[in-house]
Amino acid sequence: MISLAGRDILHSWSRFVLTGVGLGLLIGVTLTMAGVYRGMVDDARALLNNSGADIWVVQQDTQGPYAESSSIHDDVYRTLRALPGVSRAASVTYLTMQVRRGDTDVRAMVVGFEPGQPGEPGYLVAGRQITRSHYEAVADVKTGFRLGDTLRIRRHDYRVVGLTRRMVSSGGDPMVFIPLKDAQEAQFLKDNDAILGERARTAANPALNRPGVPGLLEALQASQTANRSVNAVLVQVAPGGEPERVAREIRRWKHLQAYTRPQMEEILVSKLIATSARQIGMFLVILAIVSAAIVAFIIYTMTLGKIREIAVLKLIGTRNRTIAGMILQQALGLGLIGFMVGKTAATVWAPFFPKYVLLEPGDAARGLLVVMVICALASTLAIRVALRVDPATAMGA
Amino acid sequence: MEGFGIHIEGLRKRYGEGSAAVDALKDVNMTVAPGEVVGLIGPSGSGKSTLLKCLGAVIEPTAGRMTLGDELIFDDGWKIPDLRAVRRDRIGFIFQAPYLIPFLDVIDNVALLPMLAGQPNDVARRRARDLLEVLDVGHRAGARPSQLSGGEQQRVAIARALANQPPVILADEPTAPLDSERALGVVRILNEMAGQFRTAIIVVTHDEKIIPTFKRIYHIRDGQTFEEKGLGAG
Repeated sequence: MISLAGRDILHSWSRFVLTGVGLGLLIGVTLTMAGVYRGMVDDARALLNNSGADIWVVQQDTQGPYAESSSIHDDVYRTLRALPGVSRAASVTYLTMQVRRGDTDVRAMVVGFEPGQPGEPGYLVAGRQITRSHYEAVADVKTGFRLGDTLRIRRHDYRVVGLTRRMVSSGGDPMVFIPLKDAQEAQFLKDNDAILGERARTAANPALNRPGVPGLLEALQASQTANRSVNAVLVQVAPGGEPERVAREIRRWKHLQAYTRPQMEEILVSKLIATSARQIGMFLVILAIVSAAIVAFIIYTMTLGKIREIAVLKLIGTRNRTIAGMILQQALGLGLIGFMVGKTAATVWAPFFPKYVLLEPGDAARGLLVVMVICALASTLAIRVALRVDPATAMGA
Repeated sequence: MEGFGIHIEGLRKRYGEGSAAVDALKDVNMTVAPGEVVGLIGPSGSGKSTLLKCLGAVIEPTAGRMTLGDELIFDDGWKIPDLRAVRRDRIGFIFQAPYLIPFLDVIDNVALLPMLAGQPNDVARRRARDLLEVLDVGHRAGARPSQLSGGEQQRVAIARALANQPPVILADEPTAPLDSERALGVVRILNEMAGQFRTAIIVVTHDEKIIPTFKRIYHIRDGQTFEEKGLGAG
């Protein structure tokens, strides 16, 4: 038996292909939305991987440093290094801000780290790591900076000495790495006018500026000027050590919050990007409904255009299941064309998105399955119409 | 295929029930022998369409008996279980317009019926090609219906009606859109095919040009048929 659906598709292939392209672009958008979600999850995992930490130590009762703000003293790392099972510990700061480049600015997450310690960019694609204590930076290539460029953070200029890749925040903003001291200053230090105002207020306060206590005012003013806070301490556990056990010790004895890698991943994926995931999920549902409606409408219209042929087929003894199969195959054919166009389109345009779009083969396979199911369901309306066609219609009766 | 091409006896069809009942067919009797071509003529509202549907096994008569070839199809409320298979294997249809399937080429339009009946594609196509040759459209076997002239399309439709070697062919106004010359050409072909394939052909028509060509004519009026001798040699 010949394939009636295949012959019909070949007969009106241009209409089929054009419809398939239209549907395909919609499927492409759907696959891209799924890719955006996957990209967010992958960004979150890359963030954790690139930090090189086994444990994140943050302010008590917070879920920092990525999901909530956290502030701890910058000498905490010393006490952590002394704990059994800890190999390395280092302070880090994270601050998402606009980094100026000439007359423009770039949205980036500025990371303050100690060279050679956890928090340092894991690898470079060009240039070198930071070797000076101040005013050098390593930037992710997505920031658009090049080696030798000068970028401005708050009041200071930094020279880009190295470039790295796939170093992004959980929000997808590319990272700029600078020395910890500079980052602390950028994040916590007040501007000159504020410092002068604060000094004047302290000097005018008789409780803090006592005539009989020389040096007190100067000490107070110095402490107000300097900042000793960081957002987190990244801890690496010694080989063979158990991160959960070390984290438990930190929570118990240091009065700090400590998250292991799985716990931090849970915070990032299940909490930080959960709303975005639900948002994307809603989009996917709407796009699936729109796709189904379009396929149903197209197949329904095409079937209505073939009522006379269907009546003739029924009159000459064609089985209902053959006619239903023809319509179903056409719907699936349309879905297949649409999926191929959509997959190709998504693959072509994904690299141009500002945030990372991860198109996973598994998502593509699931997408194909969903498209086929949607097309099959969408064809039921047309099949119902076709099966209700009276064969007598062909006789002009 | 000797005996009857089609034989109907006391056929009645009632629509609705009670006081709203309408008797579309009251007492229809008809016999067409294999190889014979008869005309069926009647004014609008005479029951012609209902009779055509009963003959085509599209609807069931309320009462009466109908035999196609050697097979009983309807018998006083009883019907053969699979009317679809009856339409496929035992009745050929020719319509006012050819109604060929536009997305199949000519040979597959004809071969479709044998394929639906379960014949292998190559056997069905061989049969279709032979029929197309007989009807002088063999050279258009690979063309699409839209590429054929009206006359060629009607000959392909005749070939399709013959494809499963049915005992009876129902031709509903097959010459309506044609001029005299072509209309008479179609009747000539129908007569030739009826003779060659021993098929009974019933031609439903209003066409004054071809009515004189029938040897026998059935008139239908108020749901009843009356037989009349024709002038033709068909």
